[in-house]
Amino acid sequence: MATIIKSYEPTFWDKLYIPALLRGLLITFKHLFRKKVTIQYPEEKLIPPEGYRGLHRLNKDAKGRIKCVACDMCSAACPADCIDIVPGASPLDQDKERYPVSFEIDLLKCIFCGFCEMACPEEAIELTEIYDFSDYTRDKLIIDKDGLLEVFDKTKENNYYSDPGINSN
Amino acid sequence: MDFLSFSIICVKVLIVFAVTMLTVLIMIYAERRVSAFMQGRLGPNRVGPQGLLQPIADGIKFLMKEDIIPAGVDKPVYLLAPAMLLIPALMTFAVIPFGASITLFGRDIPLQVADVNVGILYILALTSIGVYGLVLAGWSSNSKYPLIGGLRSSAQLISYELAMGLAIVSIVLLAGSLRLNDIIANQQGYFLSWNICKQPLAFLIFLIAIYAETNRLPFDLTEAEQELVGGYHTEYSSMKFAMFFMAEYANMITGAALTVTLFFGGWDVPFINESSMGILGVILSILSFSFKTAFFLFLYIWVRWTFPRFRYDQLMNIGWKVLLPLALVNIFITAGYLTLVTLN
Repeated sequence: MATIIKSYEPTFWDKLYIPALLRGLLITFKHLFRKKVTIQYPEEKLIPPEGYRGLHRLNKDAKGRIKCVACDMCSAACPADCIDIVPGASPLDQDKERYPVSFEIDLLKCIFCGFCEMACPEEAIELTEIYDFSDYTRDKLIIDKDGLLEVFDKTKENNYYSDPGINSN
Repeated sequence: MDFLSFSIICVKVLIVFAVTMLTVLIMIYAERRVSAFMQGRLGPNRVGPQGLLQPIADGIKFLMKEDIIPAGVDKPVYLLAPAMLLIPALMTFAVIPFGASITLFGRDIPLQVADVNVGILYILALTSIGVYGLVLAGWSSNSKYPLIGGLRSSAQLISYELAMGLAIVSIVLLAGSLRLNDIIANQQGYFLSWNICKQPLAFLIFLIAIYAETNRLPFDLTEAEQELVGGYHTEYSSMKFAMFFMAEYANMITGAALTVTLFFGGWDVPFINESSMGILGVILSILSFSFKTAFFLFLYIWVRWTFPRFRYDQLMNIGWKVLLPLALVNIFITAGYLTLVTLN
């Protein structure tokens, strides 16, 4: 059934336009005093929503040793193929057999999907909430094992695995 | 003319020039801040406290920029155009009284650079000359967008100056003089004696026309960014562009001051007789004038960030089919009323 939509016929009062103009001015005037949405970046930082996937880190265990056992699960799960692990025999004092001799993530290739932390059997790789890690060269954006451990030292107090968004899976 | 009166005039010219340029700077800052606030942003707040030094930084930037003169421009006209726009814009303020007259060195000094007895004609003439600057800039740039901008501004001028002039005629009828001082004297007293109450229709027409006159939104068709890149100043860079910018803001200041003078009693403070109060009255009158002008300057910004731009045919329609007949009717009513009053 066809619907008949009556077009709006402006009255004389509407055609004066003055009330409408004044209403418009009132709206913009109210906006003058509204809370500003600007975040003044270097001083203020956006707090990302819970479960945000940012820069990676490699976790250490209670004794301060690297948790990673170089099982290559994360590398296998990675859809962007940005994780490069060279495994090696663990030094003698370790109770694990393997550890990564080198662990590199190409942040330019990474799509921050979080598959690596889901695949990890040791809860060793984790995505932090750090989002401002841009740099000037491509080389500087390939983060190595020391870099990833440094990120852990910086964000030790946060355990992103305990976030509901990640744990529920 | 003796030395004292000459130096008094020089000082007045300097003060008016300095205050106008300072207000231009404040306006550039205010435009950016207020627009930001209305859009929920913060605007420039890094240079100096609250970003107050931003216009100075802008000025330095303009001075340092490379001054490009495109190949194929009509060079003498191209160089003349910014001056053609800026000089009349700065000259217009000369006849506007910005305070009650002050007694200094045993003389009565009117706070006005030049007390011209045809002040209104002087203002109308100079603002029209300013449009030549736009048209010449558009023509000499030898480029399509500036040309369209220049042509639009001349078409806009014809359709708006007429209505504006007619709106002013009704004020002139009431005051019986073209001198701005007489028009202010005619409005002395309290709110109801201001021309806004006597001539609300003329005020509305004048207000709309003055926005078209200063090329401000919603009538900034001459520099409609979305269609014409930058309009008449597309091919200008560096300080020449800054001159167009300054001229636009200087015109706004004159427009606001003229609105205040014609419709809001000029420097008149309601319920107070300024001339009998000595120096305090003078200060009060200057403050009153500044406050009213500041409000209309704010209104310029406020309107710009509220209303969308008129389409070209809409602009012609409102100019010729609405404002012009309304202004004529208004004159007819005013003249008829005055004739009836004087007959009795």
